[in-house]
Amino acid sequence: MRRQRGPGTVTLILDGVFVRRRGETWLDDIHLELPNGMTTLVGPMTAGKTTLMRVAAGLLPPDSGRVVVGGKDVTGISVRKRSVAFVYQQFINYPSLTVYDNIASPLRLDRAFRRDGIDRRVREVAELMGIAQLLDRRPAELSGGQQQRTAIARALARPVDVLLLDEPLANLDFKLREQLRADLKTMFTGSSGVVLYATADPNEALTFAAPTVVLGEGRVQHIGDVAETYAHPPTLAVAATLSDPPLNLLPGVVRDGRIECLGTSFPAPRAHADGHRVMLGVRPHQVSITPNGRAALELPAEIRLAEVTGSATFLHLLLQGGLHLVAHLEGTQLFTPGESTVARIDPAHVFVFDQAGGHLLATSAAEVDLHG
Amino acid sequence: MRRLPWARTVFWLYVATLMLPILWMFGMSIRPNEDILGSFSLIPGRVTFDNYATFFGETSWYSSYLNSIVYTSLNAVMSLIVALPAAYAFSRFRFAGDKHLFFWLLTNRMAPPAVFLLPFFQIYQSVGLFDTHLGVAIAHMLFNVPLAVWILEGFMSGIPREIDETAAIDGYSLPRFFIRIFLPMIRSAIGVTAFFCFMFSWVELLIARTITSVNAKPIAASMTRTVSAAGVDWGLLATAGVLTIVPGAIVIWFVRNYIAKGFAMGRV
Repeated sequence: MRRQRGPGTVTLILDGVFVRRRGETWLDDIHLELPNGMTTLVGPMTAGKTTLMRVAAGLLPPDSGRVVVGGKDVTGISVRKRSVAFVYQQFINYPSLTVYDNIASPLRLDRAFRRDGIDRRVREVAELMGIAQLLDRRPAELSGGQQQRTAIARALARPVDVLLLDEPLANLDFKLREQLRADLKTMFTGSSGVVLYATADPNEALTFAAPTVVLGEGRVQHIGDVAETYAHPPTLAVAATLSDPPLNLLPGVVRDGRIECLGTSFPAPRAHADGHRVMLGVRPHQVSITPNGRAALELPAEIRLAEVTGSATFLHLLLQGGLHLVAHLEGTQLFTPGESTVARIDPAHVFVFDQAGGHLLATSAAEVDLHG
Repeated sequence: MRRLPWARTVFWLYVATLMLPILWMFGMSIRPNEDILGSFSLIPGRVTFDNYATFFGETSWYSSYLNSIVYTSLNAVMSLIVALPAAYAFSRFRFAGDKHLFFWLLTNRMAPPAVFLLPFFQIYQSVGLFDTHLGVAIAHMLFNVPLAVWILEGFMSGIPREIDETAAIDGYSLPRFFIRIFLPMIRSAIGVTAFFCFMFSWVELLIARTITSVNAKPIAASMTRTVSAAGVDWGLLATAGVLTIVPGAIVIWFVRNYIAKGFAMGRV
């Protein structure tokens, strides 16, 4: 869909990028090589996503390190001279210009475009973003979703080497988000420029199914296919980032080839020295309260709160030792707070992390012999 | 909504009290001098526009009126030209001592204007700015530029920085962005600032009178001329007074919706 200046494709390389502000390290030795097409950047709120995007765009000079686009070092080059586009989380448009002029503005400043070419391109992009009937309006006369469509249309209008989208759908309501997400996914597939899409929402990252960079505390924590990363998170931090609702964490300890946790135990997937401390990660949808016939860890619990969303019920449980556990149950289920119950967890779906380093020790059903 | 029974009456009484001096002055301006000095009456007996004819017929009168308009407008334009980039810099960039400089600007307004009289008088005599419109406009910038910077900075800081960045990404140069994108966004701020500059310059008498003699003499200074051996020409004085209100009223009409924000220096 997106047209390219010349033949070939572009890569974006961040090489040893550091950003420090007021004694804090915002980006810590970032090494990334992003191919053309879409890449998702996922991380929690203060992971440094926006800082990384701003460095990649040229809006923020890194304290050290290089930014290379298409083989050319652009670190010191002004953003005005670069071939980039940026979409903010807030809806940023020029309020005094109409939607048409907003979209046309980057094209008018680009010598490669002639007047009739500009008109054609503006209408083409407006059609693509579904705002063709709004071209004469001003941004203030549009709804939030239409404003963001305008902002995205402006970013798409000019073919650029690097397109950066910083949580563009975060301020939109649920339905619009779903729809725009689908639109964007089709649009970015096969792009010859680099498209970097930042999000704090793991579901969004999973939906895009693009190569994913997990960012946390200013560091790159993992790079890989998002579904694969979801299934086998290499560290506790990555697992937590990609879990929505949040990952349940339970402390455990290895004893006699078994992992003990809150008075119950299951066979350790791999051999570890006795006394080795581990952290168990359980996704909320892997917790049930009704027996399902399979071997399970049974943890006595007290019901604190049941949140019903319609298609699902989130049951907040209090375990021994003041630990909290959230169970994601199908359908609408009613519970009385204060009642006792038993939380059941299939050991086959427990991530076992090293407590000290947070690295994944074992995941999976294949490695756990329940009856052995 | 239920009205209080006397609300309307009280309102109009209040307005009448406020307007009385202005109405009185207007009444004087359309009466002959004998009537003004003679009997007391709210409604003028003999209506005459002789005073207005005199005002616009005599060069010394209308030219000083024009002088005031010229240097005031010149001052508003020059203050804005200086203050717009300054306010943008204060609003967008961090540089050494920026906060101190910003505050120091305002302290210029804390000194009484009389302090600056002698320096201005002497400098202007030596560089040939004495008795020129430009001279008065520059002198008034001493007070108006700090005010303009403060008002504009307040309005500008209300505009998201991301718009500046988006424009840079689109490829706008800073001057082009400033004129094409930024200025239209702060139209109302420019209007309000121009109004405040106009207002201060228009009512300022001390400096304007000291550094002018004939060619750039302000209207307020000319009004002292009506005292002669024959007594005070009350009618003509009132006419000049009425006409002095007119430009201010016109300017205020255009910015009436933004003045409250302007008084708060754009920070509401």
